[in-house]
Amino acid sequence: MNLMSPLSAAEPASALSNVSRRGLLGGAGALVLALSLRTPPARAAETQFGADAMPNGWRDDPTLFVAIAPDGTVTVTCHRSEMGQGVRTSIALVVADELEADWAKVKVAQAEGDEARFGNQDTDGSRSLRHFFMPMRRAGAAARAMLIAAAAKEWGVPAAEVTAENHVLRHAKSGRQTGYGEMAKAASGLPVPQGDAVRLKDASAFRYIGKGQIGLIDNRDITTGRATYGLDTRLDGMLYAVVAHPPVFGGTVKSFDAAETLKVPGVVKVVPIDPPAPPVEFQPLGGVAVIAKNTWAAIKGREALKITWDDGPNASYDSDAYRAQLEEAARKPGKVVRQEGDVDAAMKGAAKRVEAEYYIPHLVQAPMEPPAATVRIRDGQVEVWAATQAPQATRDRVAKRLGIGADKVTVHVTLLGGGFGRKSKPDYVVEAALCSQAMGGTPVKLTWTREDDLHHGYYHTVSVERLEAGLDAKGMPVAWLHRSVAPTIGSIFAAGADHEIPIELGMGLVNTPFAIPNLRMENPSAPAHVRIGWFRSVSNIPHAFAIQSFVAELAHAAGRDPKDYLLDLIGPARIIDPVKIGDAWNYGEDPARYPIDTGRLRRVIEAAATGIGWGRKVEKGRGLGIAGHYSFVTYTAAAAEVEVGPKGEITVHQVDIAVDCGPQVNPERVRSQLEGAVVMGMGLALTAEISFKNGRTVQDNLDTYELTRIDAAPKTINVHLLPGQDYGKPLGGVGEPGVPPVAPAIVNAVFAATGRRIRQLPLRDKLSA
Amino acid sequence: MIKLNVNGQERAYDGDPEMPLLWYLRDELGLVGTKFGCGIAACGACTIHVGGSAVRSCQTPVSAADGQPVITIEGLSPDGNHPLQAAWRDLNVSQCGYCQTGQIMQAASLLKDTPKPTDADIDSAMSGNLCRCGTYPRIRAAIKQAAGVTPKAQGERL
Repeated sequence: MNLMSPLSAAEPASALSNVSRRGLLGGAGALVLALSLRTPPARAAETQFGADAMPNGWRDDPTLFVAIAPDGTVTVTCHRSEMGQGVRTSIALVVADELEADWAKVKVAQAEGDEARFGNQDTDGSRSLRHFFMPMRRAGAAARAMLIAAAAKEWGVPAAEVTAENHVLRHAKSGRQTGYGEMAKAASGLPVPQGDAVRLKDASAFRYIGKGQIGLIDNRDITTGRATYGLDTRLDGMLYAVVAHPPVFGGTVKSFDAAETLKVPGVVKVVPIDPPAPPVEFQPLGGVAVIAKNTWAAIKGREALKITWDDGPNASYDSDAYRAQLEEAARKPGKVVRQEGDVDAAMKGAAKRVEAEYYIPHLVQAPMEPPAATVRIRDGQVEVWAATQAPQATRDRVAKRLGIGADKVTVHVTLLGGGFGRKSKPDYVVEAALCSQAMGGTPVKLTWTREDDLHHGYYHTVSVERLEAGLDAKGMPVAWLHRSVAPTIGSIFAAGADHEIPIELGMGLVNTPFAIPNLRMENPSAPAHVRIGWFRSVSNIPHAFAIQSFVAELAHAAGRDPKDYLLDLIGPARIIDPVKIGDAWNYGEDPARYPIDTGRLRRVIEAAATGIGWGRKVEKGRGLGIAGHYSFVTYTAAAAEVEVGPKGEITVHQVDIAVDCGPQVNPERVRSQLEGAVVMGMGLALTAEISFKNGRTVQDNLDTYELTRIDAAPKTINVHLLPGQDYGKPLGGVGEPGVPPVAPAIVNAVFAATGRRIRQLPLRDKLSA
Repeated sequence: MIKLNVNGQERAYDGDPEMPLLWYLRDELGLVGTKFGCGIAACGACTIHVGGSAVRSCQTPVSAADGQPVITIEGLSPDGNHPLQAAWRDLNVSQCGYCQTGQIMQAASLLKDTPKPTDADIDSAMSGNLCRCGTYPRIRAAIKQAAGVTPKAQGERL
């Protein structure tokens, strides 16, 4: 990407600043710790993991992330997108802790999309704290050292005798003290400490990290309606747009008649949008945009369009027929992606054979805020305000489509009303840019309606997972065959791609950490007929559902307790090199620092079991189920208590979810992410499904794409955080690892309650027959 | 000409009377605290009070509010310290926060009619409000705390 592009000297305007950066930087006597534009120190060539391996890496530079105003206000610039994971709060508290800042004086500004300046900004993969905990600590610590040095210089004393504590600089011997604001200007003229000269706090001195006492930085704005999301941008003279997209992926406009649309009061213009050239990647789908004086007029105008579509090659896509196709593929050998021992021979010699097929349908992310963006073009400069998880990709794709340099595009990142992977793909932002361009640069806010979101998504893959096991006389597997068949995210980047890519295979397929002597994982072909995209937890969802269901089936076949059986299958606590079991990706992390530790997986399973009271007698009609899974270099297990009523109605009474994500930066937000993951996991287990007929999405809106509501959500969700205060250890992901074990835990509980094994999600009414 | 009173301010509107209040509030008045989520009254993100009752503004035409007081999240309390708003902050209910203004407006309507709600009351009143982040356990706890059904939490749960 554009690591070498010139760094912009413009101030970091921000859609999210709680303070005016303009005022901070431009006001007389205002200080920002030396706004240096130097290039970051070169990283060692051999490092290729974690943040180092991400496009544009990370920046070891406090001047990018910390500013201190004369009144002492500390502004932390957050370069990761906030979508509910709490990153604006968590990043800021890390900086504030090392800076020894008073949290009451800390504000957060949102970085614009500029990876050459800020380092990688792709907010996905449960990576923000994993990759930026240490860089943000260094930024805070370096800024603290600069304040101390400034005070020492002013007082003519050794820096070692000056302390910084809670926004106060003090020289104990002479009794002198001053505030951060007073020293900020002097500090800004001092050199930035480099490398090992940056002295981090000892973890025992942490003030905020790991404490969980911090209120969300955006709490007041959110609860008073002042928080600004992508849909909330308002600019003078702004127009509003919606797009009529092809109802079938790959379809195009044959012809259209906008006469009736142009009669709708408020409609200003109708603009055709060209279809994408393959691969579709993050390009708009094409169609016809309607631009109006308000959103309502644009929607009414779109309804009045008369469009004749060419539905293209996916016109017959039908999810039932496709399922049959996937099942057929799953019953034949496919591309081998991991092999150990001799599965075929071991199967032949097994005392018992068990096989099962699982089906997990398409899903769509459906963040509560649908995709939305506003674009204005003035004097050749393009300004974007967007709810985006990928600010740099947004900048690049807008520039590319408009045929200008990325340096002409500024991306202001708003709050995201949920993301879950959808807002990693900036197709909707490019649409807004095309609309503004068509209006001569007038600001245009483009809104996806919920129907757009459901009909034209980057869908979670649909999957058939076939598992076969050969059991020995004691009921333990001697042979394990897993065929995973699912259209791949790779198909949006390479037209025709039909095998899972390494990041999908590494999400719980090849890296299954079971102690079985003969294993084979295969990935038969599955062509994509819709856009496939990331959905929170991605391929871990089908893989974990199938594997953790199948383990419970094997336990039943062996006449054993499912939890004990699962632990036996994982085997004794040991360290597994992921590369040696066919996963060279390992979530982008160094296998030496992040091996698979089966002891940690065992412990979360035991913690979830203890939490739910595993083995206790439950009321009639109820059952307990359990599942564990490793994902995003974190270990998670869920245990559920489920009741199935006489008509097959399912009530999830309680879920205990245990997580070992390594050291926790903000345990309070870890809890909230796990609570939310239980609810999202429950939604895909019980009700959520996207299906297709004649190439068209069947579900139109949130009445038929059913998500979990408060009345159905478990009355008790217990989150068990395994001890995680050793900050010398590497951090795991948090946002995504909670989801995968929830559905299998629920389905296993349904089996315990009823003796009925459901192998297809969502459960919906499958128990009523 | 439609006359409304929005958060205590008199307003006159002479556009399309069928325009949903949602778009009138957001696009015409700039009150963007009321959110768009579905457009079919299936998610509750757009919940406001009209004539003292919670309604889905995406399915309420401006004409239906003629002569009526309209309260949005911006007008729920003069200082943003309605007991529900305070409880929401105290318990860190929000994740992305997008649906929470609608949740709070719906909960305010619940507490007005049912000052001491039971779990069943909360289920019944709040099940029209979706939260994709899954903050329901904390929404429930915040409503109870604001209602005084449960005492204010002592510190943060760790």
